[in-house]
Amino acid sequence: MIEIIDREAVGTLTNEMTVEFAAVSDNEAFARMAVAAFITPLNPTLEELSDVKTAVSEAVTNAVIHGYENRNDLVDKVWMKCMLRGDVLEVEIRDQGVGIEDVRAAMEPLYTTRPELERSGMGFAFMEAFMDHLEVDSRKDCGTNVRMCKKIGTNPWIDSEE
Amino acid sequence: MEDFKVIDNYLMIRLPDEIDHHSSVDISSKADRYILSGKVGNVVFDFERTTFMDSSGIGIILGRYKKVSCFGGKVYAVNADSRIRRILMMSGLKNIVEIIK
Repeated sequence: MIEIIDREAVGTLTNEMTVEFAAVSDNEAFARMAVAAFITPLNPTLEELSDVKTAVSEAVTNAVIHGYENRNDLVDKVWMKCMLRGDVLEVEIRDQGVGIEDVRAAMEPLYTTRPELERSGMGFAFMEAFMDHLEVDSRKDCGTNVRMCKKIGTNPWIDSEE
Repeated sequence: MEDFKVIDNYLMIRLPDEIDHHSSVDISSKADRYILSGKVGNVVFDFERTTFMDSSGIGIILGRYKKVSCFGGKVYAVNADSRIRRILMMSGLKNIVEIIK
């Protein structure tokens, strides 16, 4: 388990939602659109919206093709929990797939176990780059939980002094 | 969805609105059919309609690059907006793909 999150900075919950969907590739688009709709009230910039959508897309794709080994079987489920604490979005994407043996290695850029599927190995690197915090918890044969946070709707040059 | 056109020996691929793992499988296999036919030597990815791309897009470009580069072919990206360009830069693809405009 890799812990990068600053728990001190976490505020009170202002909104929350959970969706459960089948681990099929069609739902990658569904998941990122659901998150985009969820954060709309925060007036995210196009850049922030695109960052969050990309990170969610990467995490869900990982669950579909690595967690559930690209079976695209309707019985395999992915859970996505979104929480708002003020202007901070927290997304958790969880699967009950095969899990990751070595999380640290998997998070290395360009590391992939499925080169035959043309996976670039940039998934975790993108999640890390596009979100403020990333935490990956995985156990072999139990599944993987990816937790990401990002502050939304803030112009850094205005808020950096506060 | 995505369109394919051959001009001289350039395969022009008009990419869809959203490029993710789901849409990438189809694009890659269709593009490979053109490449394997031997009629195309270079590939041009047109991002004009594309508003979203995740790392699956990197896989599409890298995979086609590997196939055409061994015969001296090149890969181009056109009409990429700032967000797409950022993803291409972040993944180090700018050394492989010529980004036009």
